[in-house]
Amino acid sequence: MNKLNEHTIKQAREGLRRKDFSSVELTKACLEQINKAEPSINAFVTICKKEALVQAKEADKLISSNQDLPLLGIPIAVKDNLSTLGIRTTASSKVLDDYIPPYDATVIKKLKDAGAVLLGKTNMDAWAHGSSTETSDYGTTKNPWNTNHLPGGSSGGSAAAVAADEAIAAIGTETAGSIRQPASWCGVVGLKPTYGRVSRYGVIAMASSLDSPGPITKTVEDSASLLQVLAGKDEYDATTSPLPIGDYTLPIESKLNNLKIGISDEYFIEGIDVEVKREVLDSIKKFEEMGAKIEKIKLFDPRYAIDVYTIIQRSEVSSNLARYDGIRYGSEREKFGDEAKRRIILGTYALSSGYYDQYYNKASKVRSVIIEDFKKAFEKIDVILTPTSPSLPLPIGATNKSIMFGEIADVLVEPSSIAGLPGISIPIGFAKKLPIGMQIIGPQFAEELILQVAGTYEKKTEKEEWRKIKPNL
Amino acid sequence: MKFDVSHIAKLANLTLNPSEKNKLEKELEETLKFINNLNEIDTTGIEPTSQVTGLENITREDEAIPSFPQDDALKNAKLTHNGFFKVKAILNNE
Amino acid sequence: MKYTPVIGLEVHVELKTNSKMFCRCSADYFGKKPNTHTCPVCLGLPGALPYPNKKAIEWCLMIGLALNCEISLFSKFDRKNYFYPDLPKGYQISQYDEPFCKNGFIDLSNKKRVGIRRVHMEEDTGKLIHEGNSTLIDFNRSGVPLVEIVTDPDFESAGEVVEYLKKIQQIVRTLGVSNADLERGDMRMEPNISLKNEGQKELPKYRIEVKNINSFKLVDKAIEAEIDRQTQNPGQRFQATMRYDEKTNTTVTMRLKEEAADYRYFPEPDIPPFHWQQAYIEKLKKDAKVMMDKPSEEEERTQELLIKFSPISPVSAATIARDPKFYSSYGGTASIGKDEFGTPYQGTANAIINQKVPLVGISDEERAKIIADLNRVSDVDEDELNKTIDEVLKENKSAVEDYKKGKENAIMFLVGQVMRMFPQKIDVSKVKASLLAKIK
Repeated sequence: MNKLNEHTIKQAREGLRRKDFSSVELTKACLEQINKAEPSINAFVTICKKEALVQAKEADKLISSNQDLPLLGIPIAVKDNLSTLGIRTTASSKVLDDYIPPYDATVIKKLKDAGAVLLGKTNMDAWAHGSSTETSDYGTTKNPWNTNHLPGGSSGGSAAAVAADEAIAAIGTETAGSIRQPASWCGVVGLKPTYGRVSRYGVIAMASSLDSPGPITKTVEDSASLLQVLAGKDEYDATTSPLPIGDYTLPIESKLNNLKIGISDEYFIEGIDVEVKREVLDSIKKFEEMGAKIEKIKLFDPRYAIDVYTIIQRSEVSSNLARYDGIRYGSEREKFGDEAKRRIILGTYALSSGYYDQYYNKASKVRSVIIEDFKKAFEKIDVILTPTSPSLPLPIGATNKSIMFGEIADVLVEPSSIAGLPGISIPIGFAKKLPIGMQIIGPQFAEELILQVAGTYEKKTEKEEWRKIKPNL
Repeated sequence: MKFDVSHIAKLANLTLNPSEKNKLEKELEETLKFINNLNEIDTTGIEPTSQVTGLENITREDEAIPSFPQDDALKNAKLTHNGFFKVKAILNNE
Repeated sequence: MKYTPVIGLEVHVELKTNSKMFCRCSADYFGKKPNTHTCPVCLGLPGALPYPNKKAIEWCLMIGLALNCEISLFSKFDRKNYFYPDLPKGYQISQYDEPFCKNGFIDLSNKKRVGIRRVHMEEDTGKLIHEGNSTLIDFNRSGVPLVEIVTDPDFESAGEVVEYLKKIQQIVRTLGVSNADLERGDMRMEPNISLKNEGQKELPKYRIEVKNINSFKLVDKAIEAEIDRQTQNPGQRFQATMRYDEKTNTTVTMRLKEEAADYRYFPEPDIPPFHWQQAYIEKLKKDAKVMMDKPSEEEERTQELLIKFSPISPVSAATIARDPKFYSSYGGTASIGKDEFGTPYQGTANAIINQKVPLVGISDEERAKIIADLNRVSDVDEDELNKTIDEVLKENKSAVEDYKKGKENAIMFLVGQVMRMFPQKIDVSKVKASLLAKIK
């Protein structure tokens, strides 16, 4: 039998409904695990012990009167760039060290309305600038599978908290890779929804034309049930889609007959870790065994996406960070860390008079080319499979080697982010006792499809030995 | 490629010390060199994308709802005075 | 040497919408306690996002149409990046290369045609108050909708400028989109002034912008003073921003523009672009015409209706004022409707304009009652509604299935089926909400 904090959302829900345990017990189990694991992994910036127990008690009351909500009594951790009413929100930057928001992000509001218990705010790269959590002003988060290694980022705290069973599930945000890459490195499931599927209102903006909040969970099924709560049009975010949301929690099929999966050589780039490559190719074979048809396709070289992404993201960053002037909240601009300054300076330069056409405008045109390239690909195939990250989790300190570490580490997730497409990273095994992830990319608003594909894979491989291993904390 | 970090920093409202300036200048040159491949892509006749949603004409009705109480608006500010936010005197040039 | 003044003008007009441009705070900020009309959006809190006000955009388009502008079928908002303590986001949402309206004109009494370069939509900033060693900031005005009207440098005298300004004031008042009260700062004027030699074809290479002018009289004086200064000091024709000092009747340099400001404009990623249908523009054109072509008597009636029956829409008021039948039946019916039946003024206006009630041959009282019946949304017994919904759901299983499969229309079919079961008119949204709750 699992310990309570090791439960998935589904298991926890069933247990709560059967009254095997209470939300207070479940929440306490998570808080105890946080107590035990935090000294070695540092996944949280703020732990909301008191508030969580109050919410759990409330949930128990509702449960005892047989009320049902999708996440009633489930303890969830959220990334510290989501605005939380009355709870400090720093985006892991000292600029916001004492900022206590007077409002909830839409995502937070939806979680609360669904009955979730908010455990705490997870660590991240400061302002979500990075793929390692090493740019956090509150210390690096460590990978629960090996604390000498990085958890990935920027949602590294959320991914590590789920992998370490400190929370039943977590919320991350992704601009390009910030959900999928840490999910891959921590051996959990990370879903980046289509841009516009989940509201950005109250998410501290990184690059506004790319940011997408999404779930980080232990299973694909949990990912679907969280997305079901988060998705939908928001009257406070003009870029959310009015398209009806899908039924993400449909039962998982065991076959993938007639599914056409595209594989692109361009995504097994030069320098890719041999073990990552081997595991992903191995998984692709399993998809064939499930009835899917594998087709080779040619995609636009993802390395160009690094340029497009860097220019667009840093330009938008330079504008989005302009509001931090220390007048209405937070500290003055001197408190920005090196990485934020670096990005502000490049972005300001790229938008400045005389350079706009060369940088921002050119990048926005190549962005159109990338979108068109995916559109054409999806005329022939249903989903695209690629490794999530070209490497295994890197050792702590790896980011010092390149000033563009973040953008380079995320090369395989940047093109689909630029195009606003949904993608899900799922664990497929280990090498050197470190997790490996694979991603499934779909067309815009095809969350239902990629969750089905990921779920089918998960079901087929659920008995595999590696799934039984837990991090040794 | 050479560029004037002091000018950019001024535009960005960042105060940099000399060593930061030096460091940033080098790093920026390096980054700009690294991301200099887009000219290999022909974008003649291609419209730039700044929105991937395809949405248009998104507006709301002109209806007002209650605002924050003054305390909520001011509570995160370091300096306030009689319901106002407060900063050191700035030149009266607007 | 003889000189000809070259004068252009930027005018900012604050719209009198209910809510602000990009958030739902009340735009009626004048004279209110500081920082009591703010929210995450207009305070620029981390994570807040703008959501555009439909009416403000419509009114901006109508101003453009009244100024004979072309309406761009494609348009968008951009970010104008600069730092100032009254600008909470560190950028102003404005329009750069695709303004809503461009290439208009206005004719002056001396037959001169002044070119309107552009009319665009943006948001106002907060207000600064300088007090001793500190500056105080009130963000109540932050985000109030602002329309900027930019002319070509076509004016040659202060008199022409003042005539133009009075026309703009009259137009926005006639359209009913702004009070254009100068003392309250509803209308702000920034002339730019330079001189060219007599006979010189090309425009001068410099211009002096004059800020902080809050009356037509002072515009006149400031322009005269600045023309004098430039005429007498040919060496002092440089690029600069100045302000007018009333006491000394002179213009004073605020800052020299050594280099053009670099606003780093780029498309606002938080707001999808705008793409108008020609038919929509035609409708607005008609509305603008209704408003603009009023004879003075009609104009008076419109104003009277607007004041007496606030908040009725300006176009409805003008439509009623125009038609004697509408006008004679509206006032009494609206008052009785409101007092006795709680019908909003706009509800009565709609019923009369769309001729849903007899306009002659019945009393105001009777008319008000008919309108009230038309608009009635009866309270419905909760249990009865639930019972009816259960029956309808049972009888229409396939529609329920359709809805679950994603056919959004199916829900409206079910709503219709429920409403049919009630003799009185009942609240659609309530029925829909109860239905959805049951299906899910």
